[in-house]
Amino acid sequence: MATAVPVNLGERESYLNAGYGFKSWLLTRDHKRIAMLYLLSITFFFFIGGIFALLIRLELLTPSGDLVQADTYNKLFTMHGQIMVFFFLIPAVPAVLGNFLIPIMIGARDLAFPRINLLSWYFYISGGLLMIYTILAGGVDTGWTFYTPLSTEFLKTNVVTAIFGIFLAGFSSILTGLNFIVTIHRMRAPGMTWNRLPLFVWAHYATSIIQVLGTPVVAITLVLVALERLLHLGIFDPSLGGDPLLFQHLFWFYSHPAVYIMILPGMGIVSEIVCCFSRKRIFGYQAMAVAVLGIAVLGFLVWAHHMFVAGISVYSALIFSLLSYFVALPSAVKVFNWTATMYKGSITYQTPMLYAFGFIGLFTIGGLTGLFLACLGMDVHVHDTYFVVAHFHYVMVGGMVVAYLGGMHFWWPKISGRMYPEAWGKLAALIVFIGFNLTFFPQFILGYMGMPRRYHAYPPEFQILNVLSTAGATILAVGYLLPMVYFVWSMRYGPPAPANPWNAAGLEWQVPSPPPTANFEEQPVVTWEAYNYAELGELPENQEVPVVR
Amino acid sequence: MFSRMPFWPDAASTTASQVDALYLFLVMVSAIMTALIFTTLVVFAVRFRKQRGQSAEQIEGSHTLEITWSVLPFTVFLSFFVWGAVIFFQERTPPQDATEVYTVAKQWMWKFEHAEGQREINELHVPTGRDVKMIMTSQDVIHSFYVPAFRIKQDVLPGRYTTAWFRATKPGTYHLFCSQYCGTQHSGMIGWVIVMDPRDYQAWMATGGGNQPMTATGQSLFAQFGCATCHRSDTQGRGPSLAGLYNNPVLLEDGRTVVADENYIRESILQLGAKVVKGFKPIMPTFQGQLSDEQLNALVAYVKSLGQPAAEAQPSAAGMVTAAQ
Amino acid sequence: MSADQTLALGAQAHDNPALQHHFSTAEQQRNSASLGMWLFLGQEVMFFGGMFCAYLVYRYKYFGDFGSASQTLDIRWGALNTAVLICSSLTVVLAVRAAQLGKRKALTAWLLLTILLGLVFLGIKGIEYAEKFEKHHVPGPSFTYHGTVPSHPDQPVDPRHAEIYFSLYFAMTGMHALHMIVGVGLFSLLAFWAWRGKYSPNYYTPIENAGLYWHFVDIVWIYLFPLLYLIDRHR
Repeated sequence: MATAVPVNLGERESYLNAGYGFKSWLLTRDHKRIAMLYLLSITFFFFIGGIFALLIRLELLTPSGDLVQADTYNKLFTMHGQIMVFFFLIPAVPAVLGNFLIPIMIGARDLAFPRINLLSWYFYISGGLLMIYTILAGGVDTGWTFYTPLSTEFLKTNVVTAIFGIFLAGFSSILTGLNFIVTIHRMRAPGMTWNRLPLFVWAHYATSIIQVLGTPVVAITLVLVALERLLHLGIFDPSLGGDPLLFQHLFWFYSHPAVYIMILPGMGIVSEIVCCFSRKRIFGYQAMAVAVLGIAVLGFLVWAHHMFVAGISVYSALIFSLLSYFVALPSAVKVFNWTATMYKGSITYQTPMLYAFGFIGLFTIGGLTGLFLACLGMDVHVHDTYFVVAHFHYVMVGGMVVAYLGGMHFWWPKISGRMYPEAWGKLAALIVFIGFNLTFFPQFILGYMGMPRRYHAYPPEFQILNVLSTAGATILAVGYLLPMVYFVWSMRYGPPAPANPWNAAGLEWQVPSPPPTANFEEQPVVTWEAYNYAELGELPENQEVPVVR
Repeated sequence: MFSRMPFWPDAASTTASQVDALYLFLVMVSAIMTALIFTTLVVFAVRFRKQRGQSAEQIEGSHTLEITWSVLPFTVFLSFFVWGAVIFFQERTPPQDATEVYTVAKQWMWKFEHAEGQREINELHVPTGRDVKMIMTSQDVIHSFYVPAFRIKQDVLPGRYTTAWFRATKPGTYHLFCSQYCGTQHSGMIGWVIVMDPRDYQAWMATGGGNQPMTATGQSLFAQFGCATCHRSDTQGRGPSLAGLYNNPVLLEDGRTVVADENYIRESILQLGAKVVKGFKPIMPTFQGQLSDEQLNALVAYVKSLGQPAAEAQPSAAGMVTAAQ
Repeated sequence: MSADQTLALGAQAHDNPALQHHFSTAEQQRNSASLGMWLFLGQEVMFFGGMFCAYLVYRYKYFGDFGSASQTLDIRWGALNTAVLICSSLTVVLAVRAAQLGKRKALTAWLLLTILLGLVFLGIKGIEYAEKFEKHHVPGPSFTYHGTVPSHPDQPVDPRHAEIYFSLYFAMTGMHALHMIVGVGLFSLLAFWAWRGKYSPNYYTPIENAGLYWHFVDIVWIYLFPLLYLIDRHR
């Protein structure tokens, strides 16, 4: 890279310079500004959740519980889970990339309900503030799963504030989903038929259905837990006649589809990236669209595969196991279709494509290990062990976070008007990949060996694998910090980005980088398919060299 | 086969070898699928990298391929499902004549009571070659009984019984873990399962000394709490005779027929009017709060033994005559 | 987009000051608002659904005890409240009609009447809650219950199961009442703006959508009433 020189973007109006000052940001109705507000907040919570993760891994370097006390450790893994799930994984892609891109991708000026969009960010922030209060007030140690009667009758920590923090974040999620569904149905530009929608939009549509229908169930369930805790109701407590399994059913009815809320947007990102860097339309567009819808629907039918040893009947277990194999199928089909898209492509390996490759590989492993867990005889042994921890981190971190990073790199020029430094991007992607596998692959082995999860101290034969895992975590942390640094660096020193640095398909690349507040001067009329790479041709030359304006 | 392998748990039960075989099958199939996908990706990434003068070929898709790579993996998935289901079904069907061990889990320890009366805390001695059925309940929150070497796990719930069974095959000392997060000392709620040769086990049992079998304890409780007043062996009692009750169907007042398992017996003792037998009035009082879990277990063991043909524990002649079934 | 189209849209915007800038036509705005409200109601169904699910599970499990506890509710208040809510749905429909016809005063009157009926409902609920409080049927430390199962008058009711019934009773009717309070607040705002002439045959979307919300709250009650008040009454 040449000497860093601050570069101005010139006087052209964009959403970034249309008004300065707190009020113009905190009272904005522009979906792009709201996306940026979300970007800052979710990065903040990712950081907090990440610190908790590092503390957990530090404790687990040694078999005895010598870094923190048992109660503290229990709070660490609880809040790591709550913050990562509710304040990072669920909102990140939809609220940042979805908010920013969906209106532009469909040729609209904004989402259907801009004020509700802003409201959803305020709900998120309120929930986040409650979580911060919970942390500062001494934390909560229920596990992110809040199983009763432990959470209702036996713990003295700040359970109710955590619940209301999550409730508010959940409401934010519902409003985002609602906004997206109405936007995609009603605000498409002329000619933007369902068959011409980018798969990114399809993925968010499916995600939004889950957000709207699933989240309220966990909302009311957690409200009942809070009420039970405050008033000793007995709905979930056996000593008062209640049924703790009822809680688990109600909780998992949302929390399983929730994992599809996390992964589907990531899959949408991967479709966009793979097409662009193979210079081809997606292989099997309709199958891909049907697949995301199928995952969303089938995802509602499998929740009790988290409860195989919880005390449900053998027959329930059989049904949920079988259904779980059904939901695995559309995911597998997507992996095959991405691979097939590369066939006879013209592939280049910019950072977003590296992340896409990483996603496909890591999601394959994560998804296959999910099949292990869906297998009844197998699950009895590995349930509640590190095998499960490894599985879900493969799909959530190796899947969703990798896709998120890929998407951030892919659309960074559009969002910021700057190019990120490509060499650093590739380096960070490599570090993330290595760090991730080193952290989580040993955990599969640990799980089969029998190490239970949520254990603060463990028998010494598990140590070596734990040490490897912690080493990986520190490497992974570096991989995450790098983009945080160079993205910020690029805002001032990065070369200005043209409207379409990747010569990619999609309406978002037809508007300037960064886009003006109204997105389009004139409403586009669409007459082309989603991935018209036949017309677009190759990637621009000299991609590595900053484009001079 | 897999004893003393690094990074591999001991295999010490009949279930363990079955689960290991399934695991290896899953690992092999996954490895093959992963290798196939990874290889294809790498080959495509290299073979179809951008080259001067060549452009990408726009391919729409292929219905045949979509169907093929849906149906084929699905048949493979089904094999996973079936094999896992078979093992699971066996795991959930304890053999009829298994030795019973009653377990009470509490924050943060495991309390075991053998049918013969020995009590253990955080340690469980069992012989090889014998089917052992754990009948478990919790005094407080949900725990989970997990013995990696046996490949079995079962959540232990407050307010009801859950069961797990195993047949140990290899003498040794194996980890027992609580695997359902249960509060502060969750990672401290661990212990050992000590599997012994039958002869060593007999020797160990003998050293216990002075324990009375659970059925005997149950019998005296049955008298002490006045159960015998209503539950007589003849048909004159205000409550049904309990001889031959266990594991047999019962017709209830509301028309349902249920099987009288351990949970049925427990519920009947603790819950007012839970499952009233047809032809009887709902006048049984509740003993909720009057019995410890251990006493409840002894009563359940006793009721189960009534009217059963001669087995490990015998109902004594006093007060109860085994009625013909 | 042609110049003519732009002009036409500008004209529409001028006609319709309520047209928001990101919508192309008033019809698009109206349809979006409507779909949004239907989706919101969909998630409300799931929200109440969790509690209905819990109720159904325990009704099945503790059949007689729930029957007994249910009979401590006053069926006359419940029926009266049902009638009140159904009437309020009628007044809402009439309000929408008045808006469609541009009748400002009628619209305001019907909205005020809806609010009044809503307050009557809440008042009656307050009376019922007070009764429950007096009888110590409110879950918590002072809860006591003595009763027998309707089908078997000699079988006593387990008070813990009755407490679960009342927990769900208060949770479900309480959540319903909360939604009604929100509805009353919403209609108060709308009545104020209606009086100020904000709505016209060209633009009465908020009235329509608030009406949808109110109908939903009504329907939830239509389910709550038989499930909570009417079970086992035939015995």
